[in-house]
Amino acid sequence: MCLGIPMRVKKIMGDFAQVEAGTLVRTANIQMLSGLKEGDYVIIHTGFAIEKVDPDRARETLKIIHEIR
Amino acid sequence: MKYVDEFRNAKLVRRVAQRISLCAPEDKLRIMEVCGSHTHSFYRFGLAKLLPQNIEFISGPGCPVCVSAPAYIDNAIRFAQDENTIVLTFGDMLRLPGEKSSLESERAEGAFVLVVYSVLEAIRLAKENPDKRVIFLAVGFETTAPTIALAVIRAKKENIRNLFFYSSLKLIPPALEYLARDKKLDISGFLLPGHVSAIIGTKPYEFIPKRYKIGCCVSGFEPLDMLEGIYLLIEQVVKRNPKVQNQYSRVVKEGGNLRAKKLISQVFKISAANWRGLGRIPASGLELQEEFLRFDARRLGDCGREGNVISRPQERCRCADVIRGLVGPAQCVLFRKTCNPEHPYGPCMISSEGACNAYYKYR
Repeated sequence: MCLGIPMRVKKIMGDFAQVEAGTLVRTANIQMLSGLKEGDYVIIHTGFAIEKVDPDRARETLKIIHEIR
Repeated sequence: MKYVDEFRNAKLVRRVAQRISLCAPEDKLRIMEVCGSHTHSFYRFGLAKLLPQNIEFISGPGCPVCVSAPAYIDNAIRFAQDENTIVLTFGDMLRLPGEKSSLESERAEGAFVLVVYSVLEAIRLAKENPDKRVIFLAVGFETTAPTIALAVIRAKKENIRNLFFYSSLKLIPPALEYLARDKKLDISGFLLPGHVSAIIGTKPYEFIPKRYKIGCCVSGFEPLDMLEGIYLLIEQVVKRNPKVQNQYSRVVKEGGNLRAKKLISQVFKISAANWRGLGRIPASGLELQEEFLRFDARRLGDCGREGNVISRPQERCRCADVIRGLVGPAQCVLFRKTCNPEHPYGPCMISSEGACNAYYKYR
């Protein structure tokens, strides 16, 4: 299942990071991503962070959606 | 911003749906949501009820369990019947029926079949059980492939001798080409999978509008994501300008995830693959490269023939046709009667990503 809910990076520990969404805390492999920082949001797939969520792009998308009228 | 509530704003959902109703043409439109998670999101949030009746939504082949060929399950069962073998699988595969049995039934008979959440657990379990053969059922699409690749690389680096991977990894663009060619389907637009696209980017879909004049839009999984994706697809139809658009740009880059793509090509080579419902599609699967062949479960010698099996003909189950988009779940005689999530008959009901499962739960 593709989990669409992004998880926030809490703590980076080498190839792994502690990630959280609400009260859920998980450890995820982060080898597929570079330059990850604590506080970033990531998409998790079967225990691996597959991509970072880009906040600027998210805001742009919301702006476009608001303009659909 | 947590990227959830903002994309579920009910007022905006209604407004965008209304806008879609206003701009949609009166002719019948057929939009395929390729990913099983899209199907679930679509019905879970009640989007179908907000949109015009003439837009028909068809579920696509993007549910890995649903497209696994019956012969693959039979081979997995053969592996599990060996008392010195531990078979590891993602949860949904457990109940999938093979010719005579399922992994769940084998487990009830005493076979070592364990459900894992991640391939990383395979490394740990192989180390903890050095006297057992540990076989991981590698099922999934481009999103799962790099995770398996990382595990294979690690197994090689740590010289783990008792771990094997049985690949049924599949590629989405060749399956879409198969569907785009099918005139009976008459697809107006593809709502493309968000997380497969996070890995491969948007370029691998460009042949679809070019060669088949079918519009494409990568979309996220929240209600507003899907509605914007549908809106953009309808705009493409109205303007007769099919192209590949990316609604989910907060996650999907044009070039995809370069590291992930590199991992896939380092560990796997492209091969033909058997899809339930679609049959054998050339260059639509992934097999281990020469360098990693010693981790290939197919070389263990227990595998039976993996023929070009679309579905078993004696079955009344129409999963194969549901996967091809030829019928909806409700057109199957078993749906809701003999086949439900408690007692599922075919993979589209078994898998939490399956179209029948979504229809049953939310429609």
